[in-house]
Amino acid sequence: MTVIAEERPYAMSFFDVAIPKAAGSIVEEKKKGKKVMGHYCVFAPQELAMAAGAVPVALCATKEEPIADGEKVLPRNFCPLIKSSYGFAITDKCPFFLHSDLVMGETTCDGKKKMFELMGQFKPMHVMSLPAGSKSEADRAYWMAEMKRAKGAIEEFFQVTITDEALTTAIGELNAERRLMQRLAGYLKHDPAPMSGQDLLKVLWSRNFSFDRAAFAERVEELMAELDERIAQGVGAAAKGAKRIIVTGVPTGVGTEKVIRIIEESGAAVVFLENCAGMKQFLVTVDETKPPLEAIGEKYLATPCSCMSPNRDRLELLVRLIDEYKADGIVDITWQGCHTYNVEARLLRDYIREQREMPVLHIETDYSEGDSQQIRTRVQAYLEMLGGV
Amino acid sequence: MESKGAAATPACAPAPNQKAPDGATIVAGIDAGSTAVKLVLDDGNRRSVWQRPSGWSPGETARELLQEALAAWGRKREDVAHICGTGYGRVNLPFLDSAVTEIACHARGAVHLRPGAQLVIDIGGQDAKGILVGATGRVLDFVMNDKCAAGTGRFLAVMAHALGMEVAEMGALVPGEGLPMAGIHPHPINAMCTVFAESEVIGLLNQGVDRRAIIAGLHQSVARRVAAMVARLGASGPVLFTGGVARNAGVGAALEKELGCPVEVNEQSPFAGAIGAVLIAREKAAG
Repeated sequence: MTVIAEERPYAMSFFDVAIPKAAGSIVEEKKKGKKVMGHYCVFAPQELAMAAGAVPVALCATKEEPIADGEKVLPRNFCPLIKSSYGFAITDKCPFFLHSDLVMGETTCDGKKKMFELMGQFKPMHVMSLPAGSKSEADRAYWMAEMKRAKGAIEEFFQVTITDEALTTAIGELNAERRLMQRLAGYLKHDPAPMSGQDLLKVLWSRNFSFDRAAFAERVEELMAELDERIAQGVGAAAKGAKRIIVTGVPTGVGTEKVIRIIEESGAAVVFLENCAGMKQFLVTVDETKPPLEAIGEKYLATPCSCMSPNRDRLELLVRLIDEYKADGIVDITWQGCHTYNVEARLLRDYIREQREMPVLHIETDYSEGDSQQIRTRVQAYLEMLGGV
Repeated sequence: MESKGAAATPACAPAPNQKAPDGATIVAGIDAGSTAVKLVLDDGNRRSVWQRPSGWSPGETARELLQEALAAWGRKREDVAHICGTGYGRVNLPFLDSAVTEIACHARGAVHLRPGAQLVIDIGGQDAKGILVGATGRVLDFVMNDKCAAGTGRFLAVMAHALGMEVAEMGALVPGEGLPMAGIHPHPINAMCTVFAESEVIGLLNQGVDRRAIIAGLHQSVARRVAAMVARLGASGPVLFTGGVARNAGVGAALEKELGCPVEVNEQSPFAGAIGAVLIAREKAAG
């Protein structure tokens, strides 16, 4: 018999307050004379910032609250993530944006590309142009040129030289962290999953706001030790045999975990988060045997994002994850106005059905709670369907 | 579990003379929808259907309806072995033994009403759904409208109001020879948003466009939206139209045209959800 945990892992208390605490620690970092590079996307090569002696920090984009401010400038009928990012930026409500010396943007979609132009009017920006695909020689060459351009821009802005040694050190540090996150996510392969998907999201998300990487890693180790105990005791965040769901699609961070919450409230276990707010950035490590800048470029270009065409890597990755995590279903989330993920939902659905005869639930939504009840019905109907009602 | 001898009464009053044999196990299915609450009682031999507008409290309406239906059958709450609830109000019915989504219930009810049905199109008060079903009524896949009201019963109700008529009057207007709609061509309604479509309808009325052409256009607009949605399911077999809007023959005819295949409507189509719920209740009662 499974004991469903009424209490979450004790170690979660650190991650519960990690983001609010980071708002204070970023000020401390600045006081110490540290430079800060804000970024929005997992394509941002954080190694470059670290090798330049700057602190990389993720910028706020996953809250409903600043959307009204974003809409004063941006079209209303637009991706909520972009409106939220912009709303945070223009109102100084995101301390990380406020304290960023430089902001790194990537042209992952047309909406962001144009938003960065507006943002550039009041914030020092460097925007990396992404190639349309990641497989051809021309695309790779283009991206490597962008990597060099970004390195040059950061060196010039922070008045430093980024050495290969510094890059190698940064690669080592971030690779260690990627492996740590892979180990943590691996705990959810157990049935019952010893922690909830919402808690996994919280840990992964707070990683982006923790400036003391060693202290953060220690807390993750503590959490994993507790998860070992829970597994030994048969304690789970959901019942043993609960339907196991992989969440994929657009970035769904803390503040926009609506669908993940509804899935878990409906009795299923979210066992993997294949999105940018989840494990996407941690799945691939940088090849430590290659020249550092080139190796870093390769890692980021391998990001299975829907902005790439074609993007078969994401489909193949999901099939691997279904097998590894013994998933029963996939919930694919698209923000309204995110054309690439919305269209890719169709490719994904067909591919998963063909490969594993598994239906995929696609949900198109925004940051508001207005459709929660409808989403609940859809999620419940999907779980009923997987359970054979 | 055939519905022999069980007259469906799509009326607001309890069905008369539906006394069940004493001692038979009764199960109930309740579909608490946004517009109407539907209740089905079943004792294994006969089955009766009741319905009433949801009102401001679908939960309270459902409770009253259950009480009255049981009284009409001369039975008490204790005689009911299992009550399965569905519909958007299911979360607010404390007396349920189980709650199942309307998607599973419509699928189950539809296959019971029309064995062999492969695609169920359920248009209710605020949702439009396409459900791909297996032979036993199991859901294989489904699609559902987003939070927008376009393509739902609510859309038609708003339009009926703009046209100054009852939604039932609008639904009775079916294209066909010798009927009032003969020779009427749908006037396209372009707006997808319910509020914008209402403005468009008012604009057309002011331009002097034939009201019947507008109605045909509205039915076409709902049918196109739903047809585009269900196309994703790739169904090819018999189609059953369920939910409250199945009463609207104009939408049914427009759906046939858009889908390019027959769309069947059963007289009990509006109650498919509650029928599915009662079938599930019977299974659960049997353990």
